[in-house]
Order: sequence, then C-alpha cells, then structure tokens
Amino acid sequence: MNGMTVGLLYSRIRHDEKLLLSALRERGHTVEKIDVRDQCFGLSEPPSAFEEVDVLVDRCLATSRSTYVTRFAEAYGIPVVNSAETAQVCADKVQTSLALERAGVPTPETTVAFTPESALEAVEAFGYPCVLKPVVGSWGRLLAKVESRSAAEAILEHKATLGHYEHSVFYVQEFVDKPGRDIRIVALDGEIVAGMVRSSDHWVTNAAAGAETAAFEGDDQVHELVARASDAVGGGLLGVDLMEVGTDGESTEYTVHEINHTVEFKALNETVPVDVPGAVVKWLESVVAAAESDSNSGEAETFDTETDALDTGTETFETETDALGAETETLDTKTDAFGTGSTTSEAETLTPDTAEGGGD
Amino acid sequence: MAECIECGGSLSLYDDLEKGEILDCGTCGAELEVLAVDPVELDTAPELQQDWGE
Repeated sequence: MNGMTVGLLYSRIRHDEKLLLSALRERGHTVEKIDVRDQCFGLSEPPSAFEEVDVLVDRCLATSRSTYVTRFAEAYGIPVVNSAETAQVCADKVQTSLALERAGVPTPETTVAFTPESALEAVEAFGYPCVLKPVVGSWGRLLAKVESRSAAEAILEHKATLGHYEHSVFYVQEFVDKPGRDIRIVALDGEIVAGMVRSSDHWVTNAAAGAETAAFEGDDQVHELVARASDAVGGGLLGVDLMEVGTDGESTEYTVHEINHTVEFKALNETVPVDVPGAVVKWLESVVAAAESDSNSGEAETFDTETDALDTGTETFETETDALGAETETLDTKTDAFGTGSTTSEAETLTPDTAEGGGD
Repeated sequence: MAECIECGGSLSLYDDLEKGEILDCGTCGAELEVLAVDPVELDTAPELQQDWGE
C-alpha cells in the first residue's frame, strides 16, 4: 500500500518501539511520535497531533494512559491499535480472566475478594501454594507465591496498606505447576506471528525477570487456543502467555494465564527467525486498508477490530492472508534488517533501559 | 557525546537516537530520558510507576 502516517503513542521509547519505528520507516511509512504526556484530550476535538494520522498505535508504557487514550481515539473516529476494548480487558487481570472464562478458554482457576479476611478464605480454599497477583501490573512485579497461612496473612496485610485501591482487590489464583517454563506467543488478530518458551529456575518465568528463551512452534491446538484467546479480548496485536499443565504422552494441555495488549517483543524477535516488527507493520497496513474501506463504504464511522473480524468475513480473510504473507516475506528480510547493525551497536556503546524491568 | 546531568560523565550517543529513549549512564548508573535529539537534551528519567508494563 502507499505510505501511511502512523501516530505512535508513547511515553517511553523502548527497544520494542525502536524496532517498530525502523520497520515502519523501512517500508516507507511516515511516523508521528506522539508523547502522550504532552497532549490534552477534549471530549470531541482531538489533539492537533492526531489530525494527519491514518492509524494510532498505542505503545503507552502506563496502562492507565493506554486505556484512556484508546478510548479518546475511538471517540474521535481515529483507527487505533489496539482497540479500547482490548486495552480495557487486557489491562485488568480480573477482566481478562472473565473474558477467557466466558469464551471457554482454559485459564487458571481464580477467585477475587475485597478484604484481607475474605482473601484469606480464598487462599485457604485453594490450599498451598497458591498465587496472589495485582490486578494491574506487569513484568512479574508483586507476584506472590503463597506457601503458608502465615505468609498469606503477612502479604495480605502488606497489600492492604499499599495505598492504591487496586491493591485491595485481591486476585487469588491456583498455582500452576508448570514445567519450569511458560510460552509467549505474539499474535495478530489471533494469527500467530511467532512464539518462544521462557525458562527459569524461578517460578516467575518472564524474560524481564531473566528467563532464558527459545523458539516455540505451536501445534494446531496452540494456534486454535491463541485464536480463541485473542477473540475473547477483542483481538489486535497481542502477547498471549500460556502454560503447559499436563500431557498424556501424545498431546499437551495448555492454560492461558495472561494476555498483553502493549506487548513487548524484543526478546521474541531475538529468539526466532521471524521478523516480528516487520510482520506487525504489514498487519498495520491491512488494518488501515480495512478502515479506509469501511470509511469509504460508509458502513462504519469508527474502527473496531473485533467488529471487522466478525462482520466482514471477506476482508478478514484477506487480512489474515496478508499477515501470513508478511511472516513469510519477513523471514527473508530479517537478516537485512539486523544487518544494518544500528541497534546491535547501540547495545555496545550504551546500556539499554533494563534497570526498571521491561522485556517480554 | 553528551554529559550526564547527574554525575557529569560522558555519554556516547548513537546515530539513531530517539526522543523518548532512556539511557543509562555508564559512570553513575543514572537513568536519563532523551528529551530532544538535535541538540541532545537529557533529563532524569521518571521513576517506575505501578501501572507500567506491557
């Protein structure tokens, strides 16, 4: 397609955003970097920074900004990736769990309570170990593996005094005895771009927490599960995290424990031969083409990924073909993209941002 | 080259520096946000917030 103008919503340019910026520019697109900290959002008038963009790509580091700015974008009728619905569901673990359960997607058993006393009852009902997670958060922060009643009492007391009301929404989950690893899949409207396993001796296996990574090829079951999980939260560019929960010797069972809507993919991109940012950009092109088609036909004034997927079957098929085609093409170009050497050499001269967590 | 606003140490900068990037000073370890690239302007990076992540 002809060059599009992409508004990249950000407050911090991570390595992931640099990869995306490079891929966009290499394919001849114009990028308007929009620092959301500098913007003001009226109820009907978009900020001037939004005026010329064909699509907004939400790469906000702060979940609160992400959920609001996507709402504003949709209110203004500007295509935005991911959709506000997707952002809202994925930003909150309670909403994610409910969406997965509603869609029949396997997900760890979870109980939510609003007081330390009732949360302790939930913990005792699960037995030990079980897991306490913040409803909003990332990078494995503040996850607690609870191994005894006395530990539960202390953790719940601490959470209740942390100050923010979200810490008094107690999200208690079964402990999944995974085989020392979990799986990160990056998907575009449910189509898998690439996947990796993240292995660690620690029970938290985020790459951000230091897990080792290796490429993962999902079978048909994984593809189907990822597609259903993506649909459950509204689709888009997603990081779907799975755990292996058992095997009968022939097939493995999985559970989906998290879906990330501003997914970090730098570790995945370094692990697999697929050009992940290149595939994302090709998919964005199809998203913009679909939005323009909708706009021209007058069928929809606002863009909605899920509605497109459900209501415009022909367009969706073409989109998926593009996405798959992108994956094939980018296999050939990844070496070139990295052969430019700019990001690699950067790491040698400056330490990239790692001290505050981050990473997929 | 740029100067760390915390310790005054020298920072080597690469060509495709982006506004919004975070640099770690190799001398003092400070995290510095790139406010502008031409000319380069640095400030102390914001502290980690609870809702940051992916």
